[in-house]
Amino acid sequence: MTEQKGVNPDLAGRVYPAGDAYSVGREKIREFARAVKATHPAHFDLEAARDLGYADLVAPPTFAIIVAQRADAQLIEDPAAGIDFSRVVHADQRFVHHRPIVAGDNLVAELHVDQVRAMGGGAMITTRAEISTVEGEAIATTTSSILVRGEDQ
Amino acid sequence: MTVALNELTVGQEIGTASIDVSRADLVRYAGASGDFNPIHWNGRFAEQVGLPGVIAHGMFTMGAAVQVVTDWIGNPAAIVDYQTRFTKPVVVEDVDGPGATIEVAGVIGAVDEANSTVRVDLTVTAAGQKVLVKAQAVVRAW
Repeated sequence: MTEQKGVNPDLAGRVYPAGDAYSVGREKIREFARAVKATHPAHFDLEAARDLGYADLVAPPTFAIIVAQRADAQLIEDPAAGIDFSRVVHADQRFVHHRPIVAGDNLVAELHVDQVRAMGGGAMITTRAEISTVEGEAIATTTSSILVRGEDQ
Repeated sequence: MTVALNELTVGQEIGTASIDVSRADLVRYAGASGDFNPIHWNGRFAEQVGLPGVIAHGMFTMGAAVQVVTDWIGNPAAIVDYQTRFTKPVVVEDVDGPGATIEVAGVIGAVDEANSTVRVDLTVTAAGQKVLVKAQAVVRAW
């Protein structure tokens, strides 16, 4: 057996606890909405959001990526994980919303490493971020797979 | 908008969009999302790591493509589940104006009357190639 350089195969099952809370601001919702060319008034106008029954501006459907990728950074920057970020490719992404994210939410994410699969000289890593408010209300579950390309890929 | 589930048929088109993407859009998405990977703004770096050039963030494409679903249902919070696989990169040329165009088409993929949900399947292409695969949004129809 040759020595395995790169991604640590023992990562699966690891859990990174929630870090600092992410405070969802109105201007961040507006900025993110513009960046993905989202045009619904509930992202921009408080009255429009309230007309739909929400307390504040509603985040676009992929806004939770900000919180999820902050959680992922704990894994990617963990020296024990052996992940070379310059060789990372985003392979898939899913958002399951338990309730919409609105401005004023304070969110935390607990990161679970669900699967690590060898792929050629590299590895496919599937992570899951359980996003909740600091008060403990479940908000979203995001899952993401990244391919860490091997030296020859 | 309230959708009458029994009036929907699988395969029915719900909308299309043509999304122009410029290098400035990628810089804006980098700032808004916090994803500053240089493959999305630095052509020299992108080529060094074997890419054909600067490519859009997969999450930009995913985020922009779902607008056809929001437009159809009329409420972004109705999208309770949204997933995709990223298959081909969207190369964004360094030109004045749009450096790529992403084409999106949405059709009804499934209707679940018991749970009052509808699955919309998105076909997302750029330069004639599918860039997202299994792009599916589940919408709650109240």
